[in-house]
Amino acid sequence: MQIGIVGYGAYVPKFRIGVDEIARVWKADSKTIRSGLLVDEKSVPDKDEDTITISVEAGRNALLRAGINPQDVGAVYIGSESHPYAVKPSGTVVADALNMGPELMVADFEFACKAGTAAIQCCYALVKSGEIKYGMAIGADCAQSKPGDALEYTAAAGGAAYIIGKNPLATLEGTYSYTTDTSDFWRREGSGYPSHGARFTGKPAYFKHVISATNELLSKLSMKPSDFNHAVFHMPNGKFPLKAAKSLGFSKEQLKHGMVVTKIGNCYSGSSLLGLSRILDNAKPGEKILMTSYGSGAGSDSFSFVVTDKILERANLAKKTDFYIKRKETIDYGTYVRLRKKLKGG
Amino acid sequence: MPYKSVPLFWRLKKPKYNLTGTKCTKCENVYFPPRNLCPACRRSGDIQELQLSGKGKILSYTIIRTPPEGFEHYVPYAVAIIRLDEGTNITGQVVGDIEKIRTGKRVRPVFRKMHEDGNDGLIHYGLKFELVD
Amino acid sequence: MRVAIVGAGCTKLGEHWMKSLRDLSTEAGALALKDAGIDGKKIQSLYIGNMSAGRFIGQEHLGALAVDQAGLNPIPATRCESACASGALAFRKAYLSILSGEYDIVMAGGAEKMTDIKGSGAIATLMGAGDQEWESSVGLTFVGLYAIMAKAYMEKYKLTRKELSLVPVKNHKHGLNNPYAQFNYEITTDDVLRSPIIADPLRLLDCSPITDGAAAVVLVSERIAKKFKNPIWILGSGQASDTLALHNRKSLTEIPATKIAARKAYEQAKVKPKDIDIAEVHDCFSIAEILAYEDLGFSERGKGKELLLKKDAMIGGRIPVNTDGGLKMGHPVGATGIKQIVEVVKQLRGEASNQVRNARVGLTHNIGGSGASCLVHILGRE
Repeated sequence: MQIGIVGYGAYVPKFRIGVDEIARVWKADSKTIRSGLLVDEKSVPDKDEDTITISVEAGRNALLRAGINPQDVGAVYIGSESHPYAVKPSGTVVADALNMGPELMVADFEFACKAGTAAIQCCYALVKSGEIKYGMAIGADCAQSKPGDALEYTAAAGGAAYIIGKNPLATLEGTYSYTTDTSDFWRREGSGYPSHGARFTGKPAYFKHVISATNELLSKLSMKPSDFNHAVFHMPNGKFPLKAAKSLGFSKEQLKHGMVVTKIGNCYSGSSLLGLSRILDNAKPGEKILMTSYGSGAGSDSFSFVVTDKILERANLAKKTDFYIKRKETIDYGTYVRLRKKLKGG
Repeated sequence: MPYKSVPLFWRLKKPKYNLTGTKCTKCENVYFPPRNLCPACRRSGDIQELQLSGKGKILSYTIIRTPPEGFEHYVPYAVAIIRLDEGTNITGQVVGDIEKIRTGKRVRPVFRKMHEDGNDGLIHYGLKFELVD
Repeated sequence: MRVAIVGAGCTKLGEHWMKSLRDLSTEAGALALKDAGIDGKKIQSLYIGNMSAGRFIGQEHLGALAVDQAGLNPIPATRCESACASGALAFRKAYLSILSGEYDIVMAGGAEKMTDIKGSGAIATLMGAGDQEWESSVGLTFVGLYAIMAKAYMEKYKLTRKELSLVPVKNHKHGLNNPYAQFNYEITTDDVLRSPIIADPLRLLDCSPITDGAAAVVLVSERIAKKFKNPIWILGSGQASDTLALHNRKSLTEIPATKIAARKAYEQAKVKPKDIDIAEVHDCFSIAEILAYEDLGFSERGKGKELLLKKDAMIGGRIPVNTDGGLKMGHPVGATGIKQIVEVVKQLRGEASNQVRNARVGLTHNIGGSGASCLVHILGRE
């Protein structure tokens, strides 16, 4: 019996702030920054949006596509590094809002930017073992970044939800995780913004884990990069996934649909999952998709999917990723500071 | 500040998250917010739960610029009385470009933060509305 | 059996930084007793209107507070609450208690202390008069509720923003020489249009202010009234209720509770709207006065503005409305209904600051919430 994605849904808040606008405020050279990051603008959540509201909207879209009874969902796992509460699960609110439960397994996941893909692996295992019929895995974030920090150009908001079960629109063929203790990025309890190791986030962190996980998955499945029609790698910026793809032997063409970072920035736990949702929006039956996430700290989860003919009937049942990417209102830095409550006393 | 109470908002989460209303099967009247007694049939009525679609149109609206305590962060924001397709009305915030709001425009629900009990208190979630493009 | 008002008093309305609710209530009570020319010990029962002392000043049990402060223990004391109509409710309860035959001399008062908390807190507290679970929780305010009605009315009946401004312009003019008014200055329609927007389409000068104040009246049975030289008779008293939330009403451009309460009061008083010489109506926000014209029968539906355009609602007009400036000159919510009675009593006695010539029959109209409760009283001189 095939197990995989039976429904998926995306959500990205409508506000955008340009790299140029952030650079203007910090008197930085926006041209070099843009060409260094390959990011034009990033999404910003409204005053009343957070990881929970993003998860609910993405979850609703996933349920619309899956066409299942929410009561048949046996697990909800939300991966995020910006859960609104330090203590109190995001998943309980999301489950109630989506009419799921109370016969339901819920826990919030955190693994920097890869907690959402970790949630997919858990749902997959529970479905495969027969413990649950469907599991919902969500990766969503309203990423924090210190004003003036390099992260500010990319830390964005958005998320995607995946319902894992039988009769999928994309079958999960295999997954592989590569995990080590590598401290490239972290946030201490009670601290408002994360810290990072600058260039240390590159070679020993992102590249080592993304490349290792992908290579190990390919060898486990006896596949090669050219077997895939589409690929998406975690997108902390536009440059890293391009470089990783190149060294792994993937072409720019394979990355085309999944490269959402240029227009919405890095949605952290939602990053690779939004790339995947955009690929699915454009995929045809029989196509193969590779997805490799990356979470600082550090680890990568690599997945191989085969699109089934169910995609034809389900892709149009909810708003596509591009609806959210194209729906936008550009804001200035002052508005951004207000929306993100970065003003002291504001 | 909306009345601070954990049980109060917990009790209301079903209608607040999902627009679950009620209907009197005797007179067919639909109620939202839900009522446990039909005001038309009173004790002879028969109140049943009814799931509302959340789709409707704006009957009238205002833009709040001087907010009550607890809503300072959100101004200006639009509040409208919305006629739901099932035939009952609800008061709700309309998000998005407030300049585009007009009487008669159609709306659909979106899940948002309603308000917070300060920085240490609970965050209350519920449905707001957005214009249907 | 008839009931008369033989004493009336009102404190200065405004921001009383040095006075608490207990100071204001004893001050108003003393003014009413002095006006009646009787000793407080004659009062057999007391009713006090108050909307939300619990949230404004953290004090409940206002009946006990009022009689204790006044030195009137152990007479019965009762707090009456119907949001902004609490004052008129206390008045009606006092009236009915005499009609029942239980008492001969009763005091009805109203008091509110609103400035001990900050403005945003007062706005939130006032929303307690709306539906806490379904209106307040979405960030709606009272200005907002009336703004929603104003918007609907303006679109339905083609009322312009400038025409709406005629309400506060008139009321500021009327309140110019009012000794207890919170404000004593005139404004123009341009001033209204230049004032800050509070909730579109309503602006600051459309709104009644946040006010501390108290008012009181002495009511007596017909038997006792003969001993007083200028009793003002209660000719009619009507009270009606409607849905708590505005969204549950069939129409956003009328207040049915006013129509029903008014019909009852007119029937009892055996008068018609055209017989009213002076009216104090609940103009908490400009639109409310126009709705009141229509719901009270002073004007046809949708044509309320004509009373303003033709100056009919001005002193010297067909039906002068809010001769003391109305709620624009101070709205200490729980006291407002009594303050309205005080003004009509003074008008009917010929003692008002802005006197209508030979006023014989007067009306008061006090609304709670967005129209969930309404009380209408008709008073007349002998």
